[in-house]
Amino acid sequence: MNFLQKLMGRPQPSSGQMAKERLKLVLVHDRVKMSPQMLQILKDELIAVISRHLDVDQAGVQITISEGNRLVADIPLRPQGSRSARQPAQK
Amino acid sequence: MSAQVITITSGKGGVGKTTTVANLGCSLALLGRRVVCVDTDIGLRNLDVVMGLENRIVYDLVDVVEGHCRLRQALIKDKRLSELYLLPAAQTRDKTAVSAEDMVTLCNQMRNDFDYILIDSPAGIEQGFRNALAPADRVIIVTTPEVSAVRDADRIIGLTEAAEKDPPQLIINRIRPQMIDRGDMLSTADIIEILAIDLIGIVPDAEEIIISTNRGVPVAFENNSLAGAAFRNIARRIEGEDVPFLELRDSSGLLKRLVKFLKQT
Repeated sequence: MNFLQKLMGRPQPSSGQMAKERLKLVLVHDRVKMSPQMLQILKDELIAVISRHLDVDQAGVQITISEGNRLVADIPLRPQGSRSARQPAQK
Repeated sequence: MSAQVITITSGKGGVGKTTTVANLGCSLALLGRRVVCVDTDIGLRNLDVVMGLENRIVYDLVDVVEGHCRLRQALIKDKRLSELYLLPAAQTRDKTAVSAEDMVTLCNQMRNDFDYILIDSPAGIEQGFRNALAPADRVIIVTTPEVSAVRDADRIIGLTEAAEKDPPQLIINRIRPQMIDRGDMLSTADIIEILAIDLIGIVPDAEEIIISTNRGVPVAFENNSLAGAAFRNIARRIEGEDVPFLELRDSSGLLKRLVKFLKQT
C-alpha cells in the first residue's frame, strides 16, 4: 500500500497490533479449554432447556466465547402463539 | 541458610530458559549468594555447555536419584565463582528416569547448603516440566515477544496455578526495541496485559549472548553488555531490591555513552 493509498484509505493495523488481537482471541479459547464438540453439546443442552419455557429458533442460535471470558448466547425466539410478531407502531 | 527453590520454565522451547538460569546463577553468585543450578532436561542437557562446564561432568542428576553416587560427587563447582554449582542432567536417559517426588527429595537435601536452587525446566508440559515444577517455591516464566511463545506461557501460567504454586513472574527475552517502535513486535505492555502476571525482567536481543554461549562464559560477567546488565538486575530483584527496568533503546544508550565520553575528555 503506497503512501497515497494509506492517506486515502483506512489505516492498516501494524503486525504488532494484529499479533495482540489474535493472541487475545486465541487465549480466550485456550483458557476455557472447551473443544468445538463440547461447545456443540453445550449449545444443544442450552437450546433444550430454554425450549422448555420459550419457543426457540434453533437454527439461529449462536453460542460463542468472547473477550473478557464471557459465554455469550444469542438465542432468537420464535413469536409466541399463532399470531406473527407485531409490527412496531408507525410514526 | 535455607534455599529458595526457583523453577525457570516457559512452555515454548528456545526462548532462553537455560541462558537465563546460567546468567541468574552467575549474577546471584556475584552478589555473594551460594547457588546451585539444576538441569532437568534429561536427554537434552544444555546447562553444562552454556555455563562452560561440559568437561567437568562425572555424575549427573539421574546418578544421584538412583543412588549411584552421593550428591556432593555430582555437584560441579563453577570455574570462576566458588559459590556457584551445577547439577547436570543425564544425557543418555530420558525424563521418565526421574519423578516429581525425586525432585522434591533432592531439593530438600540441598536446601541447607544453598541460598538459591535454580531449576532449569525443559520445554513442554510433560513429565520433565512436572518434575521441574514440583519442588518450586517460586516460578519464573521466560517468554519472547512472539505469538507462539506468549500463548505457551499462558498455558504454563494455568498449569502453575493448578499446581497451587504462587503466581509466577515473567521475564521477556529477545526484545528488539526498534521493532516495537515500528509496531512490528509485541510490546512489554502488550504482553503484560495479555498474561496478567508481574514482570521481573526484560532482556534485549543481543549478539553477545550467542558469543558468550560460544565461549561458555555467561554474559552476566560482561560489564559492557546490556543483556548482561539485564540479568544482573533480575538477580537483584530476586533478592528483593527495587531495580528500575533498563532503557533498552540503543539510540539513547549511544547518546549517553557519547555524553559520558565527552565529559571524560
